[in-house]
Amino acid sequence: MSFITVSNLWKEYGDLVVLENLNLSVKQGEFCTLVGASGCGKSTFLKMLLGQETPSRGQLLLEGEAFPGEPDRNRGIVFQRYSVFPHLTVRQNVLMSLELEQKPWLGKLFGSARREALEKVDTMLASVGLEASATKWPHELSGGMQQRLAIAQSLIMRPRVLLLDEPFGALDPGIRKDMHDLLLKLWQETGTTIFMVTHDLQEGFYLGTRLLVFDKVRNDPHDPQAFGASITYDLPTGQSDRQLMAHINDSVSQTARHQAA
Amino acid sequence: MRLINRHPGRVSATLLGLLPFLLIMLIYSLASQERLAENPNDKLLPGLEQMTAAVDRMAFQQDRRSGDYLMWKDTTASLERLGIGVAIAASLALVIGMLNGALPLVRANLAPLVSALSMVPPLAILPILFIVFGLGELSKVMLIVIGTAPIMMRDVAQRVRELPGEQLIKIQTLGANSWQVITRMVLPQVMPRLIDSVRLSLGPAWLFLIAAEAIASTEGLGYRIFLVRRYLAMDVILPYVIWITILAIVIDQCLRLANRRLFPWYNAGGH
Repeated sequence: MSFITVSNLWKEYGDLVVLENLNLSVKQGEFCTLVGASGCGKSTFLKMLLGQETPSRGQLLLEGEAFPGEPDRNRGIVFQRYSVFPHLTVRQNVLMSLELEQKPWLGKLFGSARREALEKVDTMLASVGLEASATKWPHELSGGMQQRLAIAQSLIMRPRVLLLDEPFGALDPGIRKDMHDLLLKLWQETGTTIFMVTHDLQEGFYLGTRLLVFDKVRNDPHDPQAFGASITYDLPTGQSDRQLMAHINDSVSQTARHQAA
Repeated sequence: MRLINRHPGRVSATLLGLLPFLLIMLIYSLASQERLAENPNDKLLPGLEQMTAAVDRMAFQQDRRSGDYLMWKDTTASLERLGIGVAIAASLALVIGMLNGALPLVRANLAPLVSALSMVPPLAILPILFIVFGLGELSKVMLIVIGTAPIMMRDVAQRVRELPGEQLIKIQTLGANSWQVITRMVLPQVMPRLIDSVRLSLGPAWLFLIAAEAIASTEGLGYRIFLVRRYLAMDVILPYVIWITILAIVIDQCLRLANRRLFPWYNAGGH
């Protein structure tokens, strides 16, 4: 049995069809990148995986069970922005994950339990390269550092699925490269299943084991809402060549133009 | 250069800021001198001499009848009422506002009531307060609470709802239950905003305090002003008004500093 199963999944908002007839099966430990034009349902699909949205029709299963209808600790998330807590220092941000888990009422750890937790936190911070910034506030960090923190905060919970919604979209190209290396390293260390939405096709090809292209197959120029997107390419990365990438790029940007028109 | 692009330097900004104060003082003292020259017993625009004499009498000499230093007695009485009233209002605002902001079920239940209450003119229900709570301290404190709490509740609820949705999702993925979301994410981030809200509510709080004291009291800054009005004692009223203004400024600045000290992340743009 596959880890995540998607069968005949539809998502509609009234007349607006976002996703139509999605079928997918993902094994544990895969690193899927989701690309496509904006408005093609990548983020909607990610929200369904997160539990923020529910499917209109069809099934979305995690090891044969329906996905819980609200976010929980099995599924970590890193957004493009705002996913660290501004009122806590870097160290406290990561420590809070452990405190919430161990103390349902107090939400705080003391004494030896706290020291133990802090050791874990410091190991985590070191592995994302934030050990020197442990006592800083989030607003003192650069965008890339904040995303490192958000990733550390999620990963310390050892989530079964890690969801990334354009996590590097707001970063400079040079820093993006570092973040790619970091993400691949952490993925190999933890073996978490990762879904990452990105606008950048290059990034989609480079990272991960599997590339999912969300695109509209059909387009009605008189009623652009009538048809939703589905997965048009499902490629193991490594097989991709330049020509294929150019082709996907064309098709995706054509859809983007239709959307804009 | 366009006017909108011309900025004053440090010194000239200070001077420009002081100028209106100096002008008012100058105009007042000229007018006062003129009236006093005509009639040395004029009460309407007392000079500096009369006012210092009045302050000396009110603040540094025992009252002949009661043996109290009246200005200090008035000040402590008023500040006590203001402090208790604002503290109760802020606590209520924090609890109700947070619940309204964070829990949709509570919001559906309570938000319309809070909105309606905040529209009731507080002074219109002052008679009800006097009837229900009597003429003692309680009715004055209640007026401040009723006058300021509903608006602060709405403000706090609004601030809670302005917290980024991403944070709310994020903390849930870290396994937080509703209680933990409120205590570890909402409460610490709303505290500095509550203090801002209290600062804005202090103006109305003073208004309600003085109104309540003017109507039924035996001591207090508002009581004294309205009492001596009968004798046209501008030499007492003016220093009292200035004293109240100074108190208000000091309280406001203390809250501002406390906010900076207690929540360094908030004022450094970390929100």
